[in-house]
Amino acid sequence: MKVGKVAGTVISTINIPLLDGHRLLLCDVEDLEGKPSGYTIAIDVVDAGVGDTVLILDEGSSARQILGLDHGAIRAVVVGIVDQLVVDGEVRPLN
Amino acid sequence: MQLGQVLGSVVATEKVAGLEGIRFLLVQPLDKTGRPNGETLVAADGVAMAGPGELVYFVASREAAEALPERFVPVDHAIVGIVDDVNLEEE
Repeated sequence: MKVGKVAGTVISTINIPLLDGHRLLLCDVEDLEGKPSGYTIAIDVVDAGVGDTVLILDEGSSARQILGLDHGAIRAVVVGIVDQLVVDGEVRPLN
Repeated sequence: MQLGQVLGSVVATEKVAGLEGIRFLLVQPLDKTGRPNGETLVAADGVAMAGPGELVYFVASREAAEALPERFVPVDHAIVGIVDDVNLEEE
């Protein structure tokens, strides 16, 4: 899993059927200092909002397990909202 | 999943078994603000409706093979949706 921050949402009407009804979040993936090192579009299952620091799962079979699917083209899922991050014994501000 | 812009299509008559009937599109990966980011790639069209100029999102690696009606076709990128809008928080 990776730590990231929700930067926005992606709206899509035409998509593969298994994405129907799911919120898509555009998340910056962050490095240890909290700087963005890329982004990913992930399915939201925890009701995260823009600005939240989140835990992003980026692996297909775990993602399918969360959504109760045997098959399907999904990989990235926001699986948690981060309350606190401690790096080298120091609490890292989540901004 | 990543954002991309469809630049065009790719037609290949001679191809490995399993790729028959699949639309292939040339896609330019984009960063979150819509700027080109990385090399163009060829993606299978999982929604069967994407066309040139469109903003799409796609999956890579093994999951791409799950995006098409027939499972486990040999593809490494697949378009799974067409983007209507990206709402980014102002920074």
